[in-house]
Amino acid sequence: MSELSPSSPAHDAELSAYARLVRRRIVLIGALCLLMTAAMLFDIATGPSNLPLSDVLTGILHPGALDAPSRVIIWDVRLPYALMATLVGAALALAGAEMQTILNNPLASPFTLGVSSAASFGAALALVMGLSLPLLPVGWNLPVFAFILAFGSVLLLQMLASLRGTGVETLVLFGIALVFTFNALVALVQFVATQEALQQLVFWSMGSLARATWDKLGVLALVLLATTPFSLAASWRMTALRLGEDRARSFGISVRRLRFLALLRVSLLAATSVAFVGTIGFIGLVAPHIARLLVGEDHRFFLPASMLTGAAIMSLASVASKTLVPGALLPVGIVTALIGVPFFVVLVFSRRERL
Amino acid sequence: MAPPALRIEGLSAGYGRRRVISDLSLPAIEGGGVTALIGPNAAGKTTLLRSLAGLVPARGSIRLDEVELTRLSVAGHSARVAYMPQALPQRVALTVLEATLSALMSSPDGASDVAEAQSRALRALERLGISDLAMRGLDELSGGQRQLASLAQSIVREPTVLLLDEPTSALDIHHQLRVMQFVRELAEERGIIVVIVLHDIAQAARYATRVVVMKQGAVAADGPPDAAITPAMLADVYKVAARVERCSHGFLQIMVDRALDEAGVQARSVAPPST
Ligand SMILES: Nc1ncnc2c1ncn2[C@@H]1O[C@H](COP(=O)(O)OP(=O)(O)OP(=O)(O)O)[C@@H](O)[C@H]1O
Ligand SMILES: [Mg+2]
Repeated sequence: MSELSPSSPAHDAELSAYARLVRRRIVLIGALCLLMTAAMLFDIATGPSNLPLSDVLTGILHPGALDAPSRVIIWDVRLPYALMATLVGAALALAGAEMQTILNNPLASPFTLGVSSAASFGAALALVMGLSLPLLPVGWNLPVFAFILAFGSVLLLQMLASLRGTGVETLVLFGIALVFTFNALVALVQFVATQEALQQLVFWSMGSLARATWDKLGVLALVLLATTPFSLAASWRMTALRLGEDRARSFGISVRRLRFLALLRVSLLAATSVAFVGTIGFIGLVAPHIARLLVGEDHRFFLPASMLTGAAIMSLASVASKTLVPGALLPVGIVTALIGVPFFVVLVFSRRERL
Repeated sequence: MAPPALRIEGLSAGYGRRRVISDLSLPAIEGGGVTALIGPNAAGKTTLLRSLAGLVPARGSIRLDEVELTRLSVAGHSARVAYMPQALPQRVALTVLEATLSALMSSPDGASDVAEAQSRALRALERLGISDLAMRGLDELSGGQRQLASLAQSIVREPTVLLLDEPTSALDIHHQLRVMQFVRELAEERGIIVVIVLHDIAQAARYATRVVVMKQGAVAADGPPDAAITPAMLADVYKVAARVERCSHGFLQIMVDRALDEAGVQARSVAPPST
């Protein structure tokens, strides 16, 4: 076979073609950043009380310059809801992207292995059975229960799967078993619930940003800050895992460990999100797909692009939830698909070639 | 420097309770040559290769010079051994160059410098004659192109032991010859150990320096091509009546006349029609 020297023209041409590809991806990620920021500002500026964006910006930069009611609207409603939308969108999308890679399944989402069913059961226990933990501030009982169940279910899953040895199939099978178990348990609790508790539970499981507070934002931001660096540090290994498990292991990657740690991150992100805003489907499934179409599966670009896409879709969904039915704030979980699907379809049809 | 040598002694490997290879030993496999591993379906070729790569739990001893490979972790293996799986990944949104790059960047012993890794990855593609595919997505390649891309991911690691599981099964005849020629040159140039699983016996005869024939998890024949590939072996292992002859160019040629049934006599169902 032909032996070309490292500095042959062909070699240089390919290297610069790759450099162009990398540049294009960085530009795309920059564009997604702008889109996300624009969507968030749009979200902040949208609401039943007509505050123009200029007032909102003034309210954020110089809180003293506005009257008290406007200040309250901006600081206690608009900002926390909008930031929660962004953070939850990013968290669910990152969780979905990692889940799709480690399960080697483009149909996986953060909730594939039962995280949201377990969280619903936790919420049901707190709402219907009135279980509570001591020492928790008001408003934290339900999310903490939801989180404990969600995270605990993943640990249980890991334990079961490791008893049986490695393998994605085992993990997915046990995950599906957990989904059915928790759904049955939730149904059981619903069966004995009072009318009022039942309604609360149904509303909770729909997913709503109206539960956002600054404390919860802080916790979710911390979880994102604590997990994202590890996700990014694992990005080459995740990329290699796309080439197959044997291949990745032959590169010296401990696939079992990689999968375990990724699943831990996914469950932390998904459980925290579910606990604070309820189940928001679809983002974790479709944001990674959009990111994949835009930048491919080099996880150095794929993971950030997923997060930004998820955040942008979630902000737009939040805008839609405020404007679709005038005067009413729809649960955002209901509109995410309405916003995400057109986005997705346009992108699928507009790609001439797939990367 | 003496070429590296791989010694396999009393090797047993399998899946769960199922033992595929039991107590297999081979005289040392030395660097600088190409060892072809042939045998019928389910003989255990892939299992042997995967246990050499540390991907199947194995008992017994696999020594690379002074290092006992069975005691090493996957990371320990990857520094010395590269393995090309028989199966190719499906629906992967990575370019050929990115996939090759990830073979270096994801590895604990791989490159840490992206620029240098890019150069190495590109050189590997050039050596296989597929640098024009560098920017193409893996999921838009033909089966054969995908196989060449997969081969690139193995050779780019510049291992001491190169294990290839049917690397030419999807290639046209031109590319088969080029890949075999390339593998042979690589072994001679770098003095590395190459073990390659093949189904094409004529190609094993032509390019390998040594042929190991497997049958039901054991070694049925082992030696230089003209010693290992004989009509008796073909009848015993492959259940075919065949002639092995040297053609006018000096290559071994295998002419298969008919399939035999278990007892070694002509099978009726697949015999050529009589005129
Ligand atoms: N993952 C597995 N689990 C259980 N048994 C397996 C597994 N992989 C292979 N086997 C069994 O091990 C035996 C040897 O298989 P192996 O893949 O090593 O054969 P091979 O010689 O590579 O065959 P082929 O030429 O068809 O690739 C077969 O009987 C097969 O059924
Ligand atoms: Mg095989």
